[in-house]
Amino acid sequence: MAALTEEQSMLKDQASAWVVEQSPVASFREMRDSGVETAFIPTCWQSMVDMGWTGILVPEQYGGSDLGYLTFGVVLEQLGRQLAASPLFASALVGASAVLIAGSDEQKQSLLPKIVDGTEILTLAVDEGAHHAPADLALRAEASADGFVLNGTKTLVVEGMSATTLVVAARTANGITLFVVPADAPGITRQRLTMLDSRGYANVAFADVAIPASAVLGTVDQGAESLDAILDRARAGLAAEMLGTAAQAFDLTLDYLKTREQFGRVIGSFQALGHRAAGLFTSMELTRSCMEAALQAIDAKAENVPEMCALSKCKVGDFLHEMSNQLIQIHGGIGMTDEFDAGFYLKRARVAEHLFGNQAFHRERYATLLGF
Amino acid sequence: MSESSELSDFRESASAWLSENFPASLAGKSVGMEGESVAALGDDLTAWRQRLAEQGWGAPTWPREYGGAGLSHPQVKVLNQEMEKVGAFNPIPMMAGMGVTMVGPTVLEYGTEDQKLKHLPGIASGEIRWCLGLSEPNAGSDLASLSTKAEDNGDQFVLNGQKVWTSGADISQWCGALVRTDSKAKKRDGISFVMLPMDQSGVETRPIKLIAGASPFCETYFNNAIAEKSDLLGKLNDGWSVVKRLLQHERQSQTGARGPSGAKPVPLQEMAKKYVGTNADGTLADVDLRVRLASHLMDSKAHGLTIGRITAEARGNVEVSAAASILKNSATHVAQTKSELTMEIMGAQGLGWEGAEFSSEELGSVREWLFGKAMSIYGGSFEVQNNIISKNILGLPETTQKG
Repeated sequence: MAALTEEQSMLKDQASAWVVEQSPVASFREMRDSGVETAFIPTCWQSMVDMGWTGILVPEQYGGSDLGYLTFGVVLEQLGRQLAASPLFASALVGASAVLIAGSDEQKQSLLPKIVDGTEILTLAVDEGAHHAPADLALRAEASADGFVLNGTKTLVVEGMSATTLVVAARTANGITLFVVPADAPGITRQRLTMLDSRGYANVAFADVAIPASAVLGTVDQGAESLDAILDRARAGLAAEMLGTAAQAFDLTLDYLKTREQFGRVIGSFQALGHRAAGLFTSMELTRSCMEAALQAIDAKAENVPEMCALSKCKVGDFLHEMSNQLIQIHGGIGMTDEFDAGFYLKRARVAEHLFGNQAFHRERYATLLGF
Repeated sequence: MSESSELSDFRESASAWLSENFPASLAGKSVGMEGESVAALGDDLTAWRQRLAEQGWGAPTWPREYGGAGLSHPQVKVLNQEMEKVGAFNPIPMMAGMGVTMVGPTVLEYGTEDQKLKHLPGIASGEIRWCLGLSEPNAGSDLASLSTKAEDNGDQFVLNGQKVWTSGADISQWCGALVRTDSKAKKRDGISFVMLPMDQSGVETRPIKLIAGASPFCETYFNNAIAEKSDLLGKLNDGWSVVKRLLQHERQSQTGARGPSGAKPVPLQEMAKKYVGTNADGTLADVDLRVRLASHLMDSKAHGLTIGRITAEARGNVEVSAAASILKNSATHVAQTKSELTMEIMGAQGLGWEGAEFSSEELGSVREWLFGKAMSIYGGSFEVQNNIISKNILGLPETTQKG
């Protein structure tokens, strides 16, 4: 872990204790089995709001604590360990980032306090096809007499069913424009997606959705840069959650290596497995450095935020991919059973890898950013 | 974060000292392990080494009484930054062989006061080069099976046996050697660490030619070589704990966490553009190479960030740690991949052995590629580091090392 401040250490301990007691993997299993449409447990979400986690990025004047992205990452990592499902990431990290980066004072005033108190759940609607391709989005916003009319479809919108406000990236006459749109606006149809990881997603269709000019977040046609900045923050934040998931998978595996006996000794005494564990641990340490450095770069407003976020999402994705496979492999038959939790980690891994750009997307982006 | 006033005062005085004392002719230069470049840089290097040594900046964290400057780690970081700015480098760690990085820190920890006063100043000034007699023909990864004997002869030990891979043995003045002092004890319990001068009739060295051509490695033969008992480091038959610590220092020195080196290499992506060409949109013409190059640059960045993170977590209190095994393997992976990519990027120009048809950069990269194969072997092989990680960090049971 980075050299944490006292405040960050306290939050880490708080999040770690809370998630193990209040929102362990067992709760996630119950949630999955119950098929609840929001795909999170409302009381757990309320606890997160009560603990102030929804305000970690929000300035004090809007009711938050303004502790920054690394601090948010510290919390998300702990939640990722137990696969805790909630709109915290979609709303308080991605949504709040969108408002903070592109919002007017008025929009900040109207949205941020509600993100903090949980009365609004924001989410970013960006993807439209099978792959993350923010540069190629097609959803159109045509200028009208008093605003814009939106037509098109967004796919795999994170917490799309529970969101109250959508941050929509749309193509306008001369570029990209961001809009804040009430999720229940006339013309919007939301379709729940049942994904591998049992979390909340929706496809959102826009059919002649009329919105006022005041719904523009930022400047008309100038939204591409803001969108990139929002996506970078989403990637760095999700990477923190993903590393928590991977770290828990590692811990479960290491524990199994020390307790499972075959051929009269614990299987961790076989060098083939000892070296595999050493390799995974080495990857985890290197990956952690990237994950934390990206969040620190955002907090420091560094110039290399885009590179660092691509690095983080890619390296964490690679590690989670390998770790989730090894979690199953090293546990053997028990790892294949639904009764055991390993499958949850594997399933979550693949969806999280895909979200906001998979490893291939970010390797490409990294090369482009470095000018080759 | 703003710097403390104490540190910024130090920065100012270091910068002033450097502008007065660092010879401009040496800017951007460096010295290699082989020692040949030392001669090429001539009198300016001699003068620069002496001035650095007088400041105690050859081994800046060591106490003043032993030739250091007693600097804190944050101060050393500042010093390195100021040296980078003017293209300066510290030649002393290279000129002292294994002295600054490995022998010195171990003597600081295990040595008697007399030993510290006798050996450390010569290392810190770069005047005495040290080699290490550890590996033997039949004791490589299984170092504790070594058989070089040291027999008790009153005030002295008499050494007989053969060491191998003794870096710079042919140009060193002193050697730290691991020897068997009790042949009846279990293999790790009968070993001692002695220090002996190389300039004596009982010591013979033969350089080993490697796949990369000339090399700094030697075979070293002890034929009734003499080590004074006062140069026994640590307790008799406790050499294994001394060498374990010494090897931790070695791994630390091989983690890629280097000081200022002066010379700035060409970024690999720029080299790739030159040799491979680009598409109209500026991307590399070879798409497969482009992806692998991106992966490598990410790995390299991750390695650098990890060194920084581990330093930050230690809050400036840099101790050798178990993390050194992780960093050594990572540094090796990054460096070997870089060499392979460089070779691939250069194509046929990267496959020359000698001759005017190839640039010195091209020929150098071939030798570096070949020499780099040693990185995952020396200092505890890649596999030995993985044993250390699985046993010492992860707490998995030991299976491979008996006795």
